[in-house]
Amino acid sequence: MEIRVERLSKSYGHGGLAALSAVDLTIRSGELMALLGPSGSGKTTLLRCLAGLEFPTEGRVLFGSEDATDLPVQKRGVGFVFQHYALFRHMNVADNIAYGLRVRDRARRPSAAEIRRRVNELLALVQLSGLGGRYPGQLSGGQRQRVALARALAIEPNVLLLDEPFGALDAQVRRDLRRWLRQIHERTGRTTVFVTHDQEEALELADRIAILRNGRVEQLGTPDEIYERPASPFVMSFIGDTSSLRVHVRDGVAWHENVRLGAPVADVCDSEADLYVRPWDVGILEAGTPGGLAASVVAVRRTASGRRAELRITASGASIEAEIPPGLQLKPGDPVACDVRQGRLYRRE
Amino acid sequence: MPDTRHQPPTTERGTTRVVLTLTALAFLTVCLILPLAAVFTEAFRNGVDAYMDAFREPDAQAAIRLTLTVAAIAVPLNLVFGVAASWAVAKFEFRGKSLLITLIDLPFSVSPVVSGLVYVLLFGAQGLLGPWLAAHNIQIIFALPGIVLATVFVTFPFVARELIPLMQDQGTGDEEAALTLGASGFKTFWTVTLPNIRWALLYGVLLCNARAMGEFGAVAVVSGHIRGETNTMPLHVEILYNEYNFVAAFAVASLLALLALVTLAAKSLLEWRYGDAIAGRAGH
Repeated sequence: MEIRVERLSKSYGHGGLAALSAVDLTIRSGELMALLGPSGSGKTTLLRCLAGLEFPTEGRVLFGSEDATDLPVQKRGVGFVFQHYALFRHMNVADNIAYGLRVRDRARRPSAAEIRRRVNELLALVQLSGLGGRYPGQLSGGQRQRVALARALAIEPNVLLLDEPFGALDAQVRRDLRRWLRQIHERTGRTTVFVTHDQEEALELADRIAILRNGRVEQLGTPDEIYERPASPFVMSFIGDTSSLRVHVRDGVAWHENVRLGAPVADVCDSEADLYVRPWDVGILEAGTPGGLAASVVAVRRTASGRRAELRITASGASIEAEIPPGLQLKPGDPVACDVRQGRLYRRE
Repeated sequence: MPDTRHQPPTTERGTTRVVLTLTALAFLTVCLILPLAAVFTEAFRNGVDAYMDAFREPDAQAAIRLTLTVAAIAVPLNLVFGVAASWAVAKFEFRGKSLLITLIDLPFSVSPVVSGLVYVLLFGAQGLLGPWLAAHNIQIIFALPGIVLATVFVTFPFVARELIPLMQDQGTGDEEAALTLGASGFKTFWTVTLPNIRWALLYGVLLCNARAMGEFGAVAVVSGHIRGETNTMPLHVEILYNEYNFVAAFAVASLLALLALVTLAAKSLLEWRYGDAIAGRAGH
């Protein structure tokens, strides 16, 4: 089902903090969308407004062609998965999953046998067959979250909403569950929205990402679009490691302290600008290489994927991070030269 | 030098431990165990028959009946009030919330005699509503309604105090989950909220009941000490004692003490169960 949000605003208290300001967003039917942003960006508020757990101060929420703005949470048919699972601890796994079917009024409630069949089907889907008799307290975090997902799917929701679903899990389990959620989404084809502050999670999992900042959508696009063409310095630095350099643009070339940078310049005319670069787009050259920016090594760090050097550009004192190519030995204090092969220019306001 | 390397840093030295334990034991013996033993020895001083005679007396039976009646009314009322107040405090944000929490604690901080006097001032013959009540032939003070009111007031905090921290800790996540799954507010309360608080609720009710049966001060003010009519068990004990009828006084007192012991045992049993529930939640 297509979900549309029109001019949605939400503020707390009397003229208090605006959690959302005039958000417009369309979630396509069958799409897996990520709401990505730092804490306080309004992403969870937006999700809760979709669910009917919170109500907007202004604006509309549309489920398909139906105006759902004032529809109570019970009537919206949303499957909601909470960060801390919110499983009913006094019920076993099977009863948790069956809950949404059992609370229906008699006319819409499936028979006991049908409920049992559905529960077993869902247990198989979340790969927990045979654990229906366990209590939530006897399961691992990853298993609990899978039960929570099965419980949400049991009511065959119009849309599946997940609030930082993997936030409380450790890194390895997160990665496994991420892949698995993607598979479930492909199998069920259900419109899904999930909130995360983890850019890696959003990039890997989502069809499209909405980046939120201060209650507004900063950019909306596919992971590739967001990664390759970030709309603002905020998106650029939020989506991955970056450093920035003050540059002057003249005749289609970016200059830093009178050194011509290799990064191609597209549409920023002659002006002052900031060049945002990823560590792997900074080349480390031998000290004194013509055309390079003279710099010195400040620190060397190990990361999960390689090694990084923090460089200090001699002429300006600016600091920039560079990926160290394999085999190159550097230590703090070493003189080097660097060269920016690629970056994004944002005009200085 | 003793080998202290393998002891956790929070473990005290041997002598400290012995001194602390002995102090606690001595205190317990003098203040709790000796008095409790005295109650039972005094009660059985003249044998089992004399003990049983104390309960054959009509006034004693009336006192026991009245105490049970008062508890049977006051405890369910406070169960409902306590759950409602904790629900409001723990799950909603509203103005005057801290005032409400303070008010819930009021009966703990006010002397029970004052609590009783408040009702006399309100409903007594010279009280605010006295003339109106007299005109409509409604008796509150020196009658069952007054005793129930005073007891309800004094025992109000027990259930609420027990539930508020637990419900605040549990938050609203489970309820929200139930609502998104289509459950009505009422169904959510019965199938999710109530099971989550059941042990704490039972625990609060037990304490509330023990206090309701044992309350003396507030009830003494509103009861009027009418024998066979408005004397509860604690008041009956006092009257017997003042009449130098020690065996009967201690016999009735032993019944109250027994109630306290049963409550304590039930409480420990619950703590043991309830402790598991807390541990289960921590790992949740």
